[in-house]
Amino acid sequence: MNIAYYPGCSGHGTSVEYEKSTQAVCKALGIVLEELPDWSCCGSTPAHARDHVLSSALGARNLSIAAGQGAKRVATPCPSCLANLKAAKSRMECEDFRGRVNSLLKTPCPEELPDSVSILQILLEDIGLDAIKAKVVNPIRGIKVAPYYGCLLSRPKELMQFDDPENPVSMDQIMMALGAEVVPFPMKTECCGAAMGIPRRDISARLTGRLLQTAHDFGADAIVVACPLCHMNLDLRQKQAAKAAHLDFSMPVLYYTQLMGLALGLPKDDLGLNKLCISADGVLKKIEEAKNAAPAEAQKVEEVSA
Amino acid sequence: MKLGVFICHCGSNIGATVDCQTVAKNALTFPDVAFATDTMYTCSEPGQAQIVNAIKEHNLDGVVVASCTPRMHEPTFRRTLERAGLNKYMFEMANIREHVSWIGRDTEANTNKATELVRIAVEKLRRNNPLFSKYFDATKRVMVIGAGVAGIQAALDCADAGLEVVLVERENHIGGKMAKLDKTFPTVDCSSCILGPKMVDVAQHPKIKLLAASEVTKVSGYVGNFEVAIKRRATYVDWDKCTGCGTCMEKCPSKKNDDLFNECVGKTTAINIPFPQAIPKKAAINPKYCRKLTSGKCGVCAKVCPTGAINYEMKDVDVTETVGAIVAATGYDLMDWKSYYPEYGGGRYPDVITALQYERIMSASGPSAGHIVRPSDGKEPKSIVFIQCVGSRDRSIDRPYCSGFCCMYTAKQAFMTRDHIQDSKCYVFYMDIRAPGKMYDEFTRRVIEESKVEYIRGRVSVIEPDGKGQYIVRGVDTLLGKPVEVKADLVVLAVGIEASHGAGKLAETLHISYDHYGFFMESHVKLRPVETNTAGVFLAGVAQGAKDIPASVAQGSAAAAKVIGLLSKDKLESDPQISSVNIARCVGCGKCIKVCPFQAIVEQTIRGEKKAQVIEAVCQGCGLCSATCPQGAIQLSHFTDNQILAEVDALCRS
Repeated sequence: MNIAYYPGCSGHGTSVEYEKSTQAVCKALGIVLEELPDWSCCGSTPAHARDHVLSSALGARNLSIAAGQGAKRVATPCPSCLANLKAAKSRMECEDFRGRVNSLLKTPCPEELPDSVSILQILLEDIGLDAIKAKVVNPIRGIKVAPYYGCLLSRPKELMQFDDPENPVSMDQIMMALGAEVVPFPMKTECCGAAMGIPRRDISARLTGRLLQTAHDFGADAIVVACPLCHMNLDLRQKQAAKAAHLDFSMPVLYYTQLMGLALGLPKDDLGLNKLCISADGVLKKIEEAKNAAPAEAQKVEEVSA
Repeated sequence: MKLGVFICHCGSNIGATVDCQTVAKNALTFPDVAFATDTMYTCSEPGQAQIVNAIKEHNLDGVVVASCTPRMHEPTFRRTLERAGLNKYMFEMANIREHVSWIGRDTEANTNKATELVRIAVEKLRRNNPLFSKYFDATKRVMVIGAGVAGIQAALDCADAGLEVVLVERENHIGGKMAKLDKTFPTVDCSSCILGPKMVDVAQHPKIKLLAASEVTKVSGYVGNFEVAIKRRATYVDWDKCTGCGTCMEKCPSKKNDDLFNECVGKTTAINIPFPQAIPKKAAINPKYCRKLTSGKCGVCAKVCPTGAINYEMKDVDVTETVGAIVAATGYDLMDWKSYYPEYGGGRYPDVITALQYERIMSASGPSAGHIVRPSDGKEPKSIVFIQCVGSRDRSIDRPYCSGFCCMYTAKQAFMTRDHIQDSKCYVFYMDIRAPGKMYDEFTRRVIEESKVEYIRGRVSVIEPDGKGQYIVRGVDTLLGKPVEVKADLVVLAVGIEASHGAGKLAETLHISYDHYGFFMESHVKLRPVETNTAGVFLAGVAQGAKDIPASVAQGSAAAAKVIGLLSKDKLESDPQISSVNIARCVGCGKCIKVCPFQAIVEQTIRGEKKAQVIEAVCQGCGLCSATCPQGAIQLSHFTDNQILAEVDALCRS
């Protein structure tokens, strides 16, 4: 399938491994990502906190480009971009607001703007768990993961219209389809500190410290995320959080697409695993060990079902 | 005709914004008005005496009173007319209080409107006819639906007064929610100890026929003569033979089923007696869990039963009872907190339980023999958090009402916990403390001051397991203005109540109204709390609205008093404000029969032609038939087309 693609700014910067692994996984599953020509900033936190008209204009400009390409949907991996694109379309339904936005743009927007979805939603709804399971060649058994969704993927409920706002399970389901064990992580949607990581590092450190400690207490080997900002707070700034919360362990934080890539047998170089601040070598080792023990496991399974 | 008009000041209620003297003067100009005056309080003794005197002095044929709403004093003034020797339907009221003076302060506009309303009332009265009630027999039997404490009280009071009572209960046992409680506030009496004697009285009373495991399916007829169809569910055990020995329970191999009596804490067998003090103390099989009934294999209980009471072939049975009055006392159920409060775990955390589940855990006849233990690992909790208002007083989920007794039972449960587990620490997250009853506030104070339960004023935003077996309860202390985190072994939620499941359907079966939340509607929330607007149907207990046990018992007795009063007369009086058919005009189309909500109209054949006929005793005088009839053949007495059109005419002409 083909779909218009909006990568978002961090894809070329702080979350380049997310972008790389997303591209690799989509290619392997037959999704052609058609990057929007001349795409620009989605509006995100700085514009959104300042002026809704500005932030919607920035988002709408990209949706216009997508409409120009004949796209009915735009997919993006970043939840913040997604929220802003969706909010732009939703707010533009008010005629007065649409007028104010159009006055900021070189060419006014078409009446019908495309919908926006996350790559996660495409994988779940368009590809489906069965199709993903069928393509798994290296099941990632032997590790326990704690999926962390952050604040935006399924909230606000009326805007995102995806998964459950209190207890989302989309990443859980994908991880289980890949063969991993998912721990019942209770802090799936608790705040990581978001953009506070820059002006108030102490708040961010305290919040991420709590997330890391809880994941550790539930026996997770790794935390799995779908958001560049969550990843930055949990991975890039893990040492700060560890110091503030007196943590005596390190917890690898991977993008779900990286684990998907491993399971689908994609080359490690395409997944950007070397970009992780907290090394994922321990996790990779456990997966390898489980794979080597696998023949015995498979035999046991055969004996039971016989 | 000679008519009298009385304009009431109602103190300053009407008098402040309506010029009553002028209205009275204007009334004198209306056709047929022989006497008109304004007065301070028409409903008072001197006010009524004034009406009686005027009737006698001026030989009046009818009276108009312009005052409050007829819902307030129409019956009062009708009785006044009767005392003066007039037929009580030669009376009309103009509402110049709720419809005029209470709306605005423009005296000129109000006086004009009041005059118009009096004008049209006079026009109607000129077309009124005297109406006469009929009298009919009543069956001196009463049906009580619901055998919780309210229903039990109503049944006992009616039976002690000599009435025959049919007590219908949906569950296999009586006692309702009170039978599930361990202790009751504020005396901390054991619930079974105080309810038990009443339950035994009900079971043994010669005038009470107890139908457990039964539900009302259809009600037809009218006050004094209701015909009620009841479905008696198959229990697969012959209760005439069952002795309640419990051997079947011991031997049943299907042991891992949800124990519904114990609120799904713990498991039970497919055939069971719900608890040791259950009345009737008879076994019953849950067909969903029984191996014999689902797959044909087993039959152990039939083999071991000493009296041969098991009958796998038993079927549901339909019976009919004829009664003169019905009392609806169907109680409540807890709301589905798991769907509405996913932040408390949505049911995924075994140690986050409802107060009713906690009550079963604390009960000596419950799943843990009265030892307070955590459902997850059976260990004794040391840190227990109680959260009030889970599903009550919450507009965001359309449950704005207070459930009435949770503040009190939470205090009781905290008190009992501190008593059972001496080294426990209990916390209560609350919004307000509602302790209005006798000795209630003293009780909650004692729990705070003597039992040393920590009361925190604030809501809980989320409950999270910490991965080590405990839960982190995150809330806020609004009195300190700080967020709060408590590590809990067990969390007890005071879940809000809702009307008993199926209440709406039962209300429609009984032809009574229910509110947006499913609670049955009383005639007047302050002055007539146990009556409904349907003659012969009364309410008692939480079915009418959240209340505690003393209030439920009181309402049970109140409903019984109403029933006893109703059925104490030899004959019942029918309301003559009902429809009747002019068979000359009726074309037999049958539209009125279809549209009548009370099924009060039937088809009859006169000289070979189809005509409609009104069953007088059933007709409630709603007038739908009259509005529907294309021929104007069926007319509602006291609200005929001509009477109403005369009002419209007078209004349009002036």
